[in-house]
Amino acid sequence: MTIEFELNGKAVTYSGDPDTPLLWALRDDFGLKGTKYGCGVAQCGACTVHVDGMNRRACVAPVSSMEGRSVTSIEGLTGAVAEAVQGAWVALNVPQCGYCQSGQIMSAIGLLGLIEDPSDADIDAAMAGNICRCVTYGRIRSAILQAAQKVKA
Amino acid sequence: MTSHLTRRSFLARAGTELVIAVVLPSLARAQAIRRMTPAEMREAPAAPSAFLRIGEDDSVTVISKHIEFGQGTFTGLAMLAAEELDADWSQMRVEAAPSEVTLYANLNMGMQGTGGSSAMANSYYQMRKAGAAARSMLVAAAAQEWNVQVKEILVERGVISHAASGRSSGFGAFATLAATMPLMLQPDLKDPETFRLIGTDLPRIDGDEKSTGKAVYSIDVERENMVQSAVLHPPVFGATLKQLDAAAADAIPGVLATVQLDRGVGVIAQTRFAAQRGVAALQADWDMSAAETRSSEEMFRTYAEATKTPGADTETRGLGAKGLEGTVRQVEAEYRFPFLAHAPMEPMGAVVDVQSEKAEFWMGSQLVTRDKTEIVKVLGMQPEQVDIHTMFAGGSFGRLGTPDAEFAAEVAAIGKAWGKGPVKHLWSRENDIRGGRYRPMSVHRLRGGIDEKGNVTAWDQVIAIQSFLKGTAFDGAVRNGVDRSAVEGARGVAYDIPNFHVGLHLMENGVTGNFWRSVGSSHTCFAVETFLDELFALGGVDPVQGRLSLISDEETRLRNVLERAADMADWSGVEGKPGRALGVAIVKCFRSYVAEIVEVSRGEDSLPKVHKVWCAVDCGVAINPDVIRAQMEGGIGFALGAAMYSEITIGAGGRPEQGNFDLFRSIRMSEMPEIEVSIVKSTADPTGVGEPGVPPIAPAVANAWRALTGKSIRTLPFSRGVMA
Amino acid sequence: MRPWINRRVITTTAFVLAGAFAYINLDYSIAYSLGGKMVDRHEERLRGPEAFSDIPDNAERSEALFREMGKVIESPRCMNCHPKADSPTQREGRPHTPPVTRGVGGMGAEGLQCSTCHGEENVTFTNGEGSIPGHPAWHLAPATMAWQGSSLKGICEQLRDPERNGDRSLDELVEHNSEDTLVGWAWTPGVGREPAPGTQELFGALTRAWVDSGAVCPGTAG
Repeated sequence: MTIEFELNGKAVTYSGDPDTPLLWALRDDFGLKGTKYGCGVAQCGACTVHVDGMNRRACVAPVSSMEGRSVTSIEGLTGAVAEAVQGAWVALNVPQCGYCQSGQIMSAIGLLGLIEDPSDADIDAAMAGNICRCVTYGRIRSAILQAAQKVKA
Repeated sequence: MTSHLTRRSFLARAGTELVIAVVLPSLARAQAIRRMTPAEMREAPAAPSAFLRIGEDDSVTVISKHIEFGQGTFTGLAMLAAEELDADWSQMRVEAAPSEVTLYANLNMGMQGTGGSSAMANSYYQMRKAGAAARSMLVAAAAQEWNVQVKEILVERGVISHAASGRSSGFGAFATLAATMPLMLQPDLKDPETFRLIGTDLPRIDGDEKSTGKAVYSIDVERENMVQSAVLHPPVFGATLKQLDAAAADAIPGVLATVQLDRGVGVIAQTRFAAQRGVAALQADWDMSAAETRSSEEMFRTYAEATKTPGADTETRGLGAKGLEGTVRQVEAEYRFPFLAHAPMEPMGAVVDVQSEKAEFWMGSQLVTRDKTEIVKVLGMQPEQVDIHTMFAGGSFGRLGTPDAEFAAEVAAIGKAWGKGPVKHLWSRENDIRGGRYRPMSVHRLRGGIDEKGNVTAWDQVIAIQSFLKGTAFDGAVRNGVDRSAVEGARGVAYDIPNFHVGLHLMENGVTGNFWRSVGSSHTCFAVETFLDELFALGGVDPVQGRLSLISDEETRLRNVLERAADMADWSGVEGKPGRALGVAIVKCFRSYVAEIVEVSRGEDSLPKVHKVWCAVDCGVAINPDVIRAQMEGGIGFALGAAMYSEITIGAGGRPEQGNFDLFRSIRMSEMPEIEVSIVKSTADPTGVGEPGVPPIAPAVANAWRALTGKSIRTLPFSRGVMA
Repeated sequence: MRPWINRRVITTTAFVLAGAFAYINLDYSIAYSLGGKMVDRHEERLRGPEAFSDIPDNAERSEALFREMGKVIESPRCMNCHPKADSPTQREGRPHTPPVTRGVGGMGAEGLQCSTCHGEENVTFTNGEGSIPGHPAWHLAPATMAWQGSSLKGICEQLRDPERNGDRSLDELVEHNSEDTLVGWAWTPGVGREPAPGTQELFGALTRAWVDSGAVCPGTAG
């Protein structure tokens, strides 16, 4: 059984165990190490990617469920929103250990794709599933708000 | 050993980059092997070649002897070197040092390692001298090449220039020649007043790669022909494998081998998924004869009972506990602190490649010397046969720095058993949360009393806690029944209380403990600072005024941060806006001083809701203020989350009851208060920032909560203690 | 708090436990280790309409039928996603973690939709200790259809009221209970979750019989 899907804009085929979580397929089969393992049970958000443009936790998505879909990992980000978000992350010195930040960034971009100008409550709700043990939340919030302003301008 | 390192580390790079200067093995060794006092650190000679590499492309690479796991060490070390080198920030790079204690010892520890918030403190002179020495060699080279006077040469933002002749150059062009110039062992250092980079908010040097997914952690290391391994640990601490049925695991496609380990069973497989499935399929039978089967409730009862007797005397002032007899009003309180996991976002992981004559490790090695020592034992090799490549680590909070290096030993055992090439060994989150090495649980019993004027005149604190240092390489911290790491923050507290006693019972516990961000102060500060508030309340004393008058005269920096925080919060008492109250707590730890004031209301969940935190910190010279602010913010958030929600409880029979982030609750975005940080301007040598922000937040919140509700919180986490 | 857990189940579970499962504490071993194999036992626990045919009074029979339906309705598999508050519960009624919110149409907040974690099918965790529920239409019942905190009588009255039952006639309610696949998830909830008692077929038949007998709510018959 092979699974065909689009990954960061390119058609790919996966021929390993179809039950493999997308997380490990991305990391170990496609060599995309930006997506991280943090919990394996959709509790921490470190593995967040976009599937058909929506936030998705790759640790609980079997690669078989990606058939025909379009997957974007942090390595495949393009566009003004992604640029603004990642720029704000660097400008505000958001990362500490940095391990959760791929997931945080993917979640933030997913949010801004749906709400251009999020309120604090929108950010709280959207980011509730992304844990940062260094607790950079204050700066993550500021970076999302800054990125939203930049995209709007 | 040093010449070996010189050859390996430097010749290997000669193809692309040039190394400035030569190693001075004897000096390097002399300065590395033992702990140094701050004064000795100031006097130690420069050794630029160990710490700096200048490329033909003008890049300056700082070799970091400290792991970067979020605290900003790479940025700080690069700033120290760049300052004295007069480099431009954009040309700076950082890479982790090899495992070589003779060159890369933490001067504060006497071994290669990171911890105790000491990275900047022990590197402040070392890295600046490296930069200054390298600068003088570059200048000497330019002077020779241009045939001009050294003193006519200017170095600014990475450019060497000679005004009279109009010549200028980057560093790279002179790197080769500079390497032949004499090394100044005691180069002139800048007057801190003239710092150009130190003291500025330079962007983190790892910010870009950590915002693009490019930063490489242990889990990301890729080697040819690498296989994957996962591990099953015993369900109860101290249990050992009695019998294993691996048939179901072996039947999983991709599973290659099972390995019996000192603690549990490893499964080696072609893929991560197969390795994890293999572990889930193992049928293990455990020998429980040496297991710790008590529940945490049972342990708490034993500990609480122990605190009813004085224990080992760690400090007595005046009449000690007997001073209580001369007081007019007294309070007694029992505090309970749970086990806490560190739960760094990156679970324990490493890549190991054991070959016949050498072994390589890629891991987040925090106590490199300890890791290497244990690895060498497992592999039966010599230290020079083992390389540890220290990777970015996805947090630690103390987890990566275990005195017995148990993870490094487990990785070595897996690598040795496989013996056919590289293995990526990775723990699951459940391995991590249930894996022990927790912040030890403890019970504190406090008795205190005030005189007729409301002065705190007697204080008796008895702590029951296990020692995780006893019998390890850090045994030196344990003397006469006193483990200093268990009582720091209680013993030697900076308050002038005439009759004072801190006693300690070191308890036996099979659940393993470890350093946890701020170590002893993670619990002592809570007990001290909340109990003090109770005594102040008894005497009608304002918590800020009471502290200011109780702080010892010589602790001016501590008094200063408290006054600063009170100013920031516009403190006029514990009353806040309607429905809110203020609370305060202070700490002196890792030679830094922090005061925190919080504004709290009753949340919808009946737990404290923290709206605002004002934090004042004095950590000496603020190398990068924004990194310091980030460490205060992060330390506060980390500790607030732990205080509010986190605990590891041991169930009946000895099993940890939490296994992942669903039950080991972490603070989340919506629960994060607004934090304002003020850094005291100082010319004192830099001290720690990774840990000192942690201790005061929980007691400050509990103090505000008591002001708001009249209820004391003496059991953590608050989710348990508020309801108790 | 967990009325459906009885000692018999625990014993059976313990028997099933092995290897890696041995890590799990008792509470979790119960929650995690009950799989689809338990269905037979739960079928026994839900009686079909025929079990009530000997109640002569129509209204009383209707009431009794609804009380039987209540075993399903009040099971955590159903209640968890009919919250009054803005967030669902999970497992046996504790707060959902991560702390998600209802969002537009009960599909979750923008950026943290239900579908961020829940796929089209249940997915067993690799560690074997449980699963994450899945369904193509995984979402929260609207606030108007909230059941948590209501009495069975209250829920019953709500189910008869198109304003608060998703604008369904009683016949449509029968169809919903009998055939809706999200309702049906309650009987195939994945590793680590006890299914709702009985089967969807039986639940549908009970609903049919209840409606046919006048859809009388508990405590309202004579």
